[in-house]
Amino acid sequence: MKRTGMILLAVFAAVCICSCTSSEKQNNEKSLIVFNYGDYIDRDVLEQFEEETGIKVEYEEYITPEDMYTKYKSGVISYDVICTSDYMIEKMIKEGEVKALDWDKMKYGDNLDPVYMDFCGHFDPGNRHASPYMFGTVGILYNTDEVEEEVKSWGILWDQKYKKDIIMENSMRDAFLVPLKWEGHSLNTKDHKILKKAQQLLINQKPLVAAYLVDESRDTMIAGDASLAVVYSGDATEAMEASDNLDYAVPEEGTNIWFDCWFIPESSKHADEARQFIDFMNREDIASRNFNYIWYGTPNKAVYDSLDEETRQDPTIFPNEEVLKRCEVYTYLGEETERYYSRLWKELKAY
Amino acid sequence: MKRSYLSGPYLVWAAAFILLPLAMVIYYGCTDESGHFTLANIAAMKDWVHYRAFTSSLILAFLATLICLLIAYPLAWFLSQHFRNSSSFVVMLFILPMWINFLLRVLALQVILSKSGMLNALLRFLGFPALRLMYTKAAILIGMVYDYIPFMILPIYNALTKIDESVVEAAMDLGADKKTVFRRIIFPLSLPGVISGIIMVFIPNISEFAVADILGGSKILLFGNVIEQEFNVSSNWNLGSGLSVVLMLFVFASMAIMNRKDSKEEGGGVPLW
Repeated sequence: MKRTGMILLAVFAAVCICSCTSSEKQNNEKSLIVFNYGDYIDRDVLEQFEEETGIKVEYEEYITPEDMYTKYKSGVISYDVICTSDYMIEKMIKEGEVKALDWDKMKYGDNLDPVYMDFCGHFDPGNRHASPYMFGTVGILYNTDEVEEEVKSWGILWDQKYKKDIIMENSMRDAFLVPLKWEGHSLNTKDHKILKKAQQLLINQKPLVAAYLVDESRDTMIAGDASLAVVYSGDATEAMEASDNLDYAVPEEGTNIWFDCWFIPESSKHADEARQFIDFMNREDIASRNFNYIWYGTPNKAVYDSLDEETRQDPTIFPNEEVLKRCEVYTYLGEETERYYSRLWKELKAY
Repeated sequence: MKRSYLSGPYLVWAAAFILLPLAMVIYYGCTDESGHFTLANIAAMKDWVHYRAFTSSLILAFLATLICLLIAYPLAWFLSQHFRNSSSFVVMLFILPMWINFLLRVLALQVILSKSGMLNALLRFLGFPALRLMYTKAAILIGMVYDYIPFMILPIYNALTKIDESVVEAAMDLGADKKTVFRRIIFPLSLPGVISGIIMVFIPNISEFAVADILGGSKILLFGNVIEQEFNVSSNWNLGSGLSVVLMLFVFASMAIMNRKDSKEEGGGVPLW
């Protein structure tokens, strides 16, 4: 008994000491806690930031925006800078969890391409809170040995020829964007009739679908187990690096364009340093190094202009202007429509 | 009595991770978003989507149990005849898969069953046409059987090895042929093991969702998937909890029926694990 008590005491003491030291760290001036997706930055850039500014960076990673949100909301760690995706930023702005950015105090804000800033304006009105970091599209990754025709339309995903060789996205909105865009509707439509019709198209398509996957679709395509897959452009880039007979196309009807942006959450205790960090990310040489590390589309015009012609024309990274006009960002649909969406999605799966 | 404090850690564990979550599930299941009492989440079972998913789960769990039983019983019989010592290497071989995380085993199955996988490579090599097993109900069934078959073998094997040889000899002395001995002596005495095996395979398989996601390509909606989606996609915890309550009631009911049968049989006290 005595012994158990001692051990418990020791554990308790250890926990106390740990929590004390970590809170001390947070009060320390000139340090930042940065929260980003996994493997989503060139680590050398962080070192350079520390060297140039003398601000220490504590870097943390997460997997999904929902994980990030749960961790942030628990309030255990007061993050200073967070990078996450458009819809999550919109949600957090609406909840008052995001500090406004003082663009006047930022030197490299002008590097950001106004075209992409306009897109971001849909989820962050007036670009007051978020600084775009990377963007990408949703498109079709296909096997050039199996698919000889040109992939121009979402309609190819309804072609009987490819029965059981099609992989759809296993997430609600990414799945619905396919029939919505194919039919020429907005992917943010709240019209129940249009959504119901889109669901009917997906139900008709289900016998042709091999599987609804998310992360596994990349490996499945590399293995040659399917001919066509709806994927994020980032996954497409990786898959094409691993296999020569894969190609990526963004259908002409347009698609979703997504953004990952930096912002300063309300929890930040070092807003000035955080702003400095975000500004640093927009500096040409830094943005260029991150682009060369991640190979997603960069909204940084200075970086884009310095690229060679081939990279600029690469549709996996930069959709061409015509298609870009028909791209949309997801916006929050409101509770009622989200509910209707979930219902349609559940019905589709049950068929 | 003096040592009752030794159960302290477990009691804390049980309170925090069994009783509290259970209470929360029941609370969420019986309230609506604003916290008012309602039975709507439980009545949601009538919805065709839920009803259909539940039926699919039941059918698949039933088939998986049946297949497990058909494979496991003869095997357990064979093992009990030749390897009576449960620590023997051969018996170990059949239990070994349980030591590996079950999700890993499902992922391994994926490699075997996929279009360009090992099974099809073998079939092609032997001159047979390739099979499209991946992302079908059959694949889910294979996954379920593969994952849970040790849970069927072990209790039956234990029940069979515990049968007193002299009982069998007495029956034979009295003129029973092999068939009769099996039908009248061995099978009835092994029933507790069979029932325990059925419970261990059927119950977890009703709420299965990970296997259906991985091997079924999320195309087949099982009841576990519905509950998972209500929490993760729709963030409707109340409905998810309500459906969980329905599932729990069903599990308790089937356990009660099984256990009644179990205790009716003689020798129900055989320790099976």
